[in-house]
Amino acid sequence: MTTTTATTPGAGRAGRSGVGGAISAAAPPARSSGAGISGRTFTIVTWIVLVVFAVIWLIPSLFALKTSLSENGVAALGANEILSHWYPTLHSYSTLFGAGDIWNWYLASAITGILTTVLTVVFASMAAFALSRMHFRGRTTVMLMILLGIMIPSQVLIVPIFEMLGAANLLNTYWAVIFPQVPAVISVFIFKQFFDGIPRELEEAARIDGAGLWKIYWSVIMPLSRPVIAAVAILTFVGVWNNLLLPLFVLTNPNLMTIPVGLATVQGSFGQRFADIQAGAILAALPLVLLYLVFQRQIVEGVAGTGLKG
Amino acid sequence: MTSATTTPNAPSAASADAPARRSGRGGRPSDRGTGPGAWLFLAPFGIFYLAFLLGPTIWMFVASFFNTSLVHRGLGSFAGLDNYVEMFSRADFWSSLWHTLQFTIYTVPPLVILAFVFAVLTNRLQRGQWFFRLAFFLPFILPSATISLIWVFIFTPATGLFASVQSLLGFTPGSGILADPKSAMVGIAIATVWWTIGFNFILYLAGLQDIPRELYEAAAVDGASTWQQIRHVTIPLLRRTTTLVILLQIIASLKIFDQVYLMTNGGPGISTQVSLGLITGTAFTDNRIGAASAASVLLFIIIVAIAVIREIVERVAARRDQEA
Repeated sequence: MTTTTATTPGAGRAGRSGVGGAISAAAPPARSSGAGISGRTFTIVTWIVLVVFAVIWLIPSLFALKTSLSENGVAALGANEILSHWYPTLHSYSTLFGAGDIWNWYLASAITGILTTVLTVVFASMAAFALSRMHFRGRTTVMLMILLGIMIPSQVLIVPIFEMLGAANLLNTYWAVIFPQVPAVISVFIFKQFFDGIPRELEEAARIDGAGLWKIYWSVIMPLSRPVIAAVAILTFVGVWNNLLLPLFVLTNPNLMTIPVGLATVQGSFGQRFADIQAGAILAALPLVLLYLVFQRQIVEGVAGTGLKG
Repeated sequence: MTSATTTPNAPSAASADAPARRSGRGGRPSDRGTGPGAWLFLAPFGIFYLAFLLGPTIWMFVASFFNTSLVHRGLGSFAGLDNYVEMFSRADFWSSLWHTLQFTIYTVPPLVILAFVFAVLTNRLQRGQWFFRLAFFLPFILPSATISLIWVFIFTPATGLFASVQSLLGFTPGSGILADPKSAMVGIAIATVWWTIGFNFILYLAGLQDIPRELYEAAAVDGASTWQQIRHVTIPLLRRTTTLVILLQIIASLKIFDQVYLMTNGGPGISTQVSLGLITGTAFTDNRIGAASAASVLLFIIIVAIAVIREIVERVAARRDQEA
């Protein structure tokens, strides 16, 4: 290592000085081969480290999958038995689908996830449109409220939210899960940032044709905002699907439970049926894994762009 | 990220035809809409904001001064500062804060260091990046219920996968990591690091892509080894990302609930009870909304304080970037 670093500067300097054609022609290969040795060692180490950790990171999911494809009797005996029985069985999955609860849970997760996503995308983008394109008295106050709203940790509001939903007779309805998750203030922020970047000239044609604000929002701005709509929609849906705290306390009717709450509630009654439990864990995650495989780019860019975390 | 709010709207090139605009109120060239129109666009979101964010916040502050209970309707009798005095004198309140801190201390270093290492190494690969993105990021999108069920099963005493690996490495598995009050939080931390590292990994990868390739080339020309390049180019330029990652991690740690509720339910005893567990237990098991609101207010203040620090740090960093 040290020798390569010692020789590279010399080679580099010779290359840059370019005294003669021969030297400058000879220098680049010398430099690249010098960097190549250290680079190649580093690449090998990189691959080894990454593969080792990637395997460590994949094992828990793969082990859960393997367990879910075992008989309950085998799963109860422990990891060694699970790994030494090769033949998979779909017994646990057919048990879960046969019992029926999981269909209700999927339905609850899908309904709450989709409705929250639609309401959040439409309402947050409308608010962002007003903040990006209009001037009105009180705009500064609204911007401050938005900044304040980003800092409010909604999880900590579980007790007052529960109380207010109770007062409004909304407990044990899908609305109890949907409404509190609509004001995701960060979405307004993300939309506003994107709208601010859309050139105003694009609206001028519509404006000259006499289009109103609503028309401009709906027919000019929104069609141009597909990437950001996709990112906000997917992240909202994943967040609602994965939420545990809110549905855990506002839904006590097993027929209305979302899939994480349903699983958390029944796991006690599953007792030693470990394969069934792992199958349930896999089924709760499966729609999101499929969503990830389809929308990988939007999800990754959305997370990176927003710094959005639980 | 926050810099956009302070960016003034650029005056449009078409401002010359401002008088022809129907909705314009005149004045500034970028003036686009009228007041009532704007409020109609803000109203739907605003109603939800007031009803389910600001309203509950105010209600929480008010209820913290009353003997509110789930059993009676309304706020109940005025309690003054009693709920706060009670919280400050309760040992389980302080231990829940301590457990939250403990969780933060266990998870932040691996979540920052491993995510950084994974991102720097993955970023160097010419091909196969997709595979490592998948391996490290996929757990992040799984529901907490899924990851908890997976890890509780892995941590099964004596026969679980973790115990098998322990015996393979020559350790005695013992009674199980989640069953021992001394190690239960470590178990939760392991599951959490596995679950959420993908988030930091993605933030670091995004930060790495913002570093111009020429900087590395210049460093290589000056004879910097790969290690020196990481030490003197990558780490300093990712300082802003690292600060963001650490502060977000602290905020997330303060709000931890799911994994604890599902993996240990605060046990054994109250050895892993965290703040939100205490709050929901006080509210929904003991039916003492007033006391739970006081605890919520205290946690709320801590989290908002850190969020304000994050905001300031971001703004200072953004300004420094602009000057540089």
